Amino acid sequence: MSNSVLWAVDILGRVYTLSTTGLHWELCKDPQPDFKRVAAVGQCCWGLACDQQIYVHVPASDLPIRCQEETYENQRWNPVDGFCDRLLPSDRWLWSDVSGLKHQRLDSFQLPSPYWEWESDWYVDENIGGEPTEKGGWTYAVDFPATYLKDKKWNSCVRRRRWIRYRRYRARDKWAKIPSPDGRMQLLDPFNDIAVGGWEVTDEPAGRLSVWAISLQGKVWYREEVCHDNPEGTSWLELATPGEVVQISCGPSDLLWATLWEGQIIVREGINRNNPKGNSWTIVEPPTSESGIMHVSVGTNVLWAVTKDRKVWFRRGVNSHNPCGTSWIGMVGEMMMVNVGLNDQVWGIGCYDRTVYFRQGVTPSELSGKTWKAIVVNQESGRSRTGSSSSLLSAGCFFGDEVKEQADSSVLTDVDSLCNAERPSTPRSSEPPPAPETQSNRTDVTRSEVVDSGSGVIPNLREQTDPASDRDGEALVERPGHAQGPVSTPAVLQWTNVDLVEARDHAATSSHDFSETSSLSSLGMYSVKADEPYGVDEPPLWVWVSGGGCLVESHSPLKWFSVSSGLACSVQSLSLSITPAQTAAWRKQIFQQLGERSRRELESFRHYEQAVEQSVWVKTGALQWWRHWKPCKWIDVRVALEQFTGNDGMRDSIFFIYYNYYEEKKYIHVFLNEVTVLVQVLNDTKHCFAIYTPETTKQRWPIRLAASTEQEMHDWLALLSTSCCESRRIQGPPSHQAIWSITCKGDVFLSEPSSDLEAPSNPMPCDQLFWHQIGGHLQVVECGSQGMVWGIGYDHTAWVYTGGYGGGFIQALASSSDNMYVQTDVKSVYIFENQRWNPVTGYSSRGLPTDRYMWSDASGLQECTKANTKPPSPQWSWVSDWYIDFNAPGGTDREGWQYAADFPASYHGHKTMKDFVRRRRWGRKCKTATSGPWLEVPPISLWDVSILPRAAESGDSPVALWAISSKGDVLCRLGVTKRTPAGSSWLHVGTDQPFVSVCVGADLQVWTIARDGSAFYRGSVSLQQPAGDCWYHVPSPQKQKLKQISVGQTSVFAVDENGNLWFRQGITPSYPQGSSWEHVSNNIRKVSVGPLDQVWVIADKVQGSHSLSCGTVCHRTGVQPQEPKGSSWDYGIGGGWEHITVRGNAIIPSKVVLQEASESQLLQSSHLDHGEDGGKKSPCKSNLLVDEEQDLDGNAVAC
Amino acid sequence: MTDDKDVLRDVWFGRIPACFTLYQDELTEREAEPYYLLLPRISYLTLVMDKVKKHFQKVMRPEDLSEIWFDYEGTPLKWHYPIGLLFDLHASNTGLPWNITVHFKNFPERDLLHCPSKDVIEAHFMSCVKEADALKHKGQVINEMQKKDHKQLWMGLQNDKFEQFWAINRKLMEYPAGEDGFRYIPFRIYQATTERPFIQKLFRPFAVDGQLHTLGDLIREVCPSAVACEDSEKFQVVIHGIEPMLETPVQWLSEHLSYPDNFLHISILPQPTD
Repeated sequence: MSNSVLWAVDILGRVYTLSTTGLHWELCKDPQPDFKRVAAVGQCCWGLACDQQIYVHVPASDLPIRCQEETYENQRWNPVDGFCDRLLPSDRWLWSDVSGLKHQRLDSFQLPSPYWEWESDWYVDENIGGEPTEKGGWTYAVDFPATYLKDKKWNSCVRRRRWIRYRRYRARDKWAKIPSPDGRMQLLDPFNDIAVGGWEVTDEPAGRLSVWAISLQGKVWYREEVCHDNPEGTSWLELATPGEVVQISCGPSDLLWATLWEGQIIVREGINRNNPKGNSWTIVEPPTSESGIMHVSVGTNVLWAVTKDRKVWFRRGVNSHNPCGTSWIGMVGEMMMVNVGLNDQVWGIGCYDRTVYFRQGVTPSELSGKTWKAIVVNQESGRSRTGSSSSLLSAGCFFGDEVKEQADSSVLTDVDSLCNAERPSTPRSSEPPPAPETQSNRTDVTRSEVVDSGSGVIPNLREQTDPASDRDGEALVERPGHAQGPVSTPAVLQWTNVDLVEARDHAATSSHDFSETSSLSSLGMYSVKADEPYGVDEPPLWVWVSGGGCLVESHSPLKWFSVSSGLACSVQSLSLSITPAQTAAWRKQIFQQLGERSRRELESFRHYEQAVEQSVWVKTGALQWWRHWKPCKWIDVRVALEQFTGNDGMRDSIFFIYYNYYEEKKYIHVFLNEVTVLVQVLNDTKHCFAIYTPETTKQRWPIRLAASTEQEMHDWLALLSTSCCESRRIQGPPSHQAIWSITCKGDVFLSEPSSDLEAPSNPMPCDQLFWHQIGGHLQVVECGSQGMVWGIGYDHTAWVYTGGYGGGFIQALASSSDNMYVQTDVKSVYIFENQRWNPVTGYSSRGLPTDRYMWSDASGLQECTKANTKPPSPQWSWVSDWYIDFNAPGGTDREGWQYAADFPASYHGHKTMKDFVRRRRWGRKCKTATSGPWLEVPPISLWDVSILPRAAESGDSPVALWAISSKGDVLCRLGVTKRTPAGSSWLHVGTDQPFVSVCVGADLQVWTIARDGSAFYRGSVSLQQPAGDCWYHVPSPQKQKLKQISVGQTSVFAVDENGNLWFRQGITPSYPQGSSWEHVSNNIRKVSVGPLDQVWVIADKVQGSHSLSCGTVCHRTGVQPQEPKGSSWDYGIGGGWEHITVRGNAIIPSKVVLQEASESQLLQSSHLDHGEDGGKKSPCKSNLLVDEEQDLDGNAVAC
Repeated sequence: MTDDKDVLRDVWFGRIPACFTLYQDELTEREAEPYYLLLPRISYLTLVMDKVKKHFQKVMRPEDLSEIWFDYEGTPLKWHYPIGLLFDLHASNTGLPWNITVHFKNFPERDLLHCPSKDVIEAHFMSCVKEADALKHKGQVINEMQKKDHKQLWMGLQNDKFEQFWAINRKLMEYPAGEDGFRYIPFRIYQATTERPFIQKLFRPFAVDGQLHTLGDLIREVCPSAVACEDSEKFQVVIHGIEPMLETPVQWLSEHLSYPDNFLHISILPQPTD
């Protein structure tokens, strides 16, 4: 989120940004030129400079913008010269594109603009479809055009090879000038407005943008082909308009609005994925006839407008289906301009004070928000706090609670008077203006005026909510009529009122002035008077603000509204993060004194009796239980958890389930110290969880219980899991050796390995592993040595583990209060629309009686309509509408259909004669928010990540961490250390194709899988050269496409798309790529190889004695140095497991250890570790010792 | 790193060693041995006296038994103050164990409330919790709780179950996402030297300008005599037997150093002269 910023321009043309986490405006790094307006989106910012030209600013990123250029060199064989440049006259060009139709010589490639540079010279691609070619890269065929093979055959008459070269966009953190419309019309038509949007048009390629500009002559221009890889776009295209356009606004999705000189608005219709320019304009009348619209800004579901008299209006009912909306609502406040950003959040620039205001309380259910709140932050970080805060105080921008309440109630007065008035528009002039001296906070009349768009002005004075009802008590006490009068409290109020009155007079005149004299050209161009004092300490006066790249989320409160001292903000987030307050002296003193108190009052008196004895504690309740025997069904049961406290203060618990069987009362019971995992179960109708023990794991048939409410389920889960952890003496954060796993629900589980888990003989059966949950929602988790853990969400956001524990449903007491953060994730729910062809109507939703539902899930067995499909669980909520998924596996046609001969069959993306059915996939995004010990690592989203499993133990040396971005770039993270597990920056590693999987093993062996299914080994990776120097291509096993790879100490395992597990043979230090792939097993989804070369997988299907489970954790047994492939599988927890990583577990098993007293296990193993590895790699002895100390500390505190 | 949660545990598991001796005038059948006990600081005297009663009842005739009460050096101990507060107020800076005298006769009607059963303690405790929540959240949180949650709070205290108690109590310690803290801080300030039982006022965790109020601000506003003059006698500000720095924010104190009744019970004591 650190890349989420608000952009603004001040009256001197300087561009500033304000981060959502920041506390001050930062001047744009590239000071040239001066700007009038900016239009920001997440990936870049477009600007209109004072020279009336358009510029684009792409922020620096660890990921370069690079484009591949390619051309083919073609040759034909003749008996005299062999293969040579002499082609037949009918042949293609000697240098051509892939189809052979276009002539492209190497030197014909030009950089598109001065802002690009070549990365290197041309070189030959020696890779065809995942197979390496001979040196020289030639591929052979019988003739052009034909299938090219890597081997020369007797009949190979032609050959060709591919030359590639990369160009890179170099104007990062700089303003790059976009050329004006050129060519025929040499008459200069400078630009007058700029708008950027369209990055959320349904299912368009990621990174595409719609850039619109208005010229001074009132023409609308569209910039073609602007996308992530082409930030400047290619050319300007003029669109016809019904009138002279003065200003334009483009929403994130398919809304485009523009204002006409005459004050009307035009709305573009027909914008979609295939036609981002839209096809027609519709005119919308302004809210009042006397004052036209001067400025509009559109979001996803909202439109805000400013009329020529500076009034702010909100348009109701604007969305994709109804781009014109339904009616106008007048809002309080007078603004120069407003801007709608991400999530339909709104910013504005105050008409009188030129302050940037943020609209508070904008939510999907209340899009118009509640109040305008002035953004009051320092301009530069360097400035002293006291100085700026006093200057702000003198500027009147900074007020606390009391004043705010007063201001609110004064607005209330006007609401009342307004409601009593006959005409809706005139009383407005008597309204107090947003006078800068008095109100940093304004309450709006929620929908005080509703004007129908079609039929002009209709007074409709509905007051929907009483704005006072949610205010604080005091404000309520005041009757609106008295609110202007002095109130009992502080003196501040007195002068507030005085100022209010003054401002009111001022407003009456000024707004009158405006309505007569305001001209459009004055918008956004504030005339700087020569004598105007504009000291350094004055807050800037703003002319433009753009929030298109500013993500404001409800769970992360903004700190923009007060020039705060460090402490105030630290308390806000006290429960969230490590703050300066945490290290404050007072806190230290309290901890220290409490310790002293215990020593003083308890130490010598421990032999005294306790006044209150601990005893048996029982919690009972009613749940439903999935009966073990047939017919299986949910039956009502009573449950009871009995906890006994032993003399040592430790607890044991038994969980009873009481049920009736033929009138007879029976029960089953579970000793909680035997429970291996408690896991929530996906079930759309019930709040359901499962209890596994080693026995039920073998049966693949857990005890399933359901609660009537989600809260009840969470209460039970929290209680039971706390009890399980207690009985297993597990407390506090996980050890560095922990095994992490993820279920298909995205829940994160971890297990503490014992030292005999990897024992060569009689290892601990892995169905006895105890798993407990930790907060968060992830799709991938990978751990390395020293407790470094990274995760990737379903939305591909990268997260780093903070060292906390608990979170999610786990109750506060079993969670750490530090290091917990809000974590959000977004995923798509898919349903299918199915159709069958019939001779009369063609494809229609009328299927055969035997057909599947016309709206179904992927299998076709469940009916899933758009209306009845719910988010996966109550924790998820929809964040988008249904959209057609054009990226469904197998490909689709232009309307998203996939065709097949019949249901169910394999689908393809084009219609053939034999296809009688078709389907298309609809997706809908949903979002969840939970809490967990995870911190986002912005801004690059990831596909895969891997951390070096056993790093050098010296405290803070960097650890290798490699990742694949969601676009397929290979990345190497710099600055990852034990202290800063998030690292500092990405190093981009160039590749010729997108990649899907990466793993870094011991001694910095880096293996990757490309999207074509072949493997690559990265050469010469070292601490000095963290990104290595070159790729070695490793072909995939015959006819298989690899998809995931894992590298341990010396073993390399890979999984292919058909679920086969492969072992790489013949790896030696001198030949690290190995020689061949050897098949180990099928039925595998994912593999994780640890630092001991231990092999763990997620198996696809495992049959138990009662049932079958998909997605099961399995452990390869019999893995030994001489037998790295192992001998057989040991089956562990399963049924919905998706991911596992064992790369933190480097505890070397030993028989000696077992004989030792249990508490010295860790210590002992670290000694052995040390011994076996010799001095060279002496593993983390000291770290382990530290661990143990921490554990002891934890226990001491707990008992 | 030490976690703020550990403070809650330390507060909860605070114990005071006490030595109970029978008042000399009580009639016994044989000599009464003193009785030693670890008293939970956060509980109430009459709530944890089952063992003491049983011990002394053994040596007394049933007809001499009436309502039990306690004094320390002649001061009757109010059972409706938490034990830790009683100790801090009357007996801190003295040697341990804390010598408490047990009485069965001459109940000091003027000084003490009767405590015929544990229901009375429960009623007192719950009314304190409700009052605190009225200050913190206008009573919204406690009123939204179910009866069983109230019961769980009480049972947690009565049975010394930290988890059971805090599972519910944490809800009382939360504040709405948009807010920076409680509405008012529930606190009571006790002075051993004054007649007035305690001081209680409305006090916000934040100043008008958003600045955090500190313990020092609180004392200065509510009990200025305790911090006013530098040269005259010095005072100690004691909560749970410790002296937090005056810079400590009251919001944090309220969240972490409140007694189970959700009040900050602050003792202001004259600095011991030694």
